[in-house]
Amino acid sequence: MTAKISYDDVEVGTELPAQSFGVTRADLVRYAGASGDFNPIHWNERFAKEVGLPDVIAHGMFTMAEAIRVVTDWTGDPGAVVEYGVRFTKPVVVPDDGTGATIEVTAKIGAKLDDHTVRVDLTAMSAGQKVLGMSRAVVRLA
Amino acid sequence: MALDQSFVGRSYPPTDPYEVGREKIREFAEAVGDTNPAYTDPEAAKALGYADVIAPPTFVFSITFKAAGEVVQDPQLGLDYSRVVHGDQKFAHKRPVRAGDRLTVTSTIEAIKSLAGNDILDIRGDVHDETGEHVVTAWTKLVARAAEKA
Repeated sequence: MTAKISYDDVEVGTELPAQSFGVTRADLVRYAGASGDFNPIHWNERFAKEVGLPDVIAHGMFTMAEAIRVVTDWTGDPGAVVEYGVRFTKPVVVPDDGTGATIEVTAKIGAKLDDHTVRVDLTAMSAGQKVLGMSRAVVRLA
Repeated sequence: MALDQSFVGRSYPPTDPYEVGREKIREFAEAVGDTNPAYTDPEAAKALGYADVIAPPTFVFSITFKAAGEVVQDPQLGLDYSRVVHGDQKFAHKRPVRAGDRLTVTSTIEAIKSLAGNDILDIRGDVHDETGEHVVTAWTKLVARAAEKA
């Protein structure tokens, strides 16, 4: 309700501060518990490989939750997010090597809409591949 | 085998209310590493104009996905859940989910498609609070990958 960014201060093409998010096996276990999604492809390497995956993969919803932080950190008010949608194009593979994976998120204003809202176009990459496609949020600014 | 098209448009009865707790929101915010105080500090949330701490934008998926499970596991629909992957996800928020909400979900099958042997299911979850106010709608696209030829 009280975003820090003013509608009048942004233009189409304005970039939001980019962020990188690390993800380890421990993060996935924690997310499984918090979200209730205990699918073993997110924590059991043997199972993941049996169903044809290269390794354990992050929950798509974990990646989706990280990507929107670029928007909510920018506006200051997470409740300003009116719409948010993504397509899960590639999995984020999370190796058990003590480092894990990195999700790199960039975002820019794609359109200025009515009622002080803007469309933010997001890009999320991991290991050189786009992991979220058609990733867009509509946010209400001050 | 292609899914039965007669399921398109079918709605399932509303779920029992899910009570959103402050500590559950905190647990979720910590799990995604998000330190925004609106998720954990009621005073910070009030400063933004909310009655209590609010949940991150994707939090409600845990509730809508559980509700969608009733659809996915409907034996009459016959979806092979072991081959399901999450294709798309979208949320439209009327307002943020907040601590103290008692939320019910009504799931509706919006579309069923068959593409190259894959079954594609679009489920809409309409979320209302205890006063009947619409809070958020979640659209979930599930893809059941074609089984390998024996």
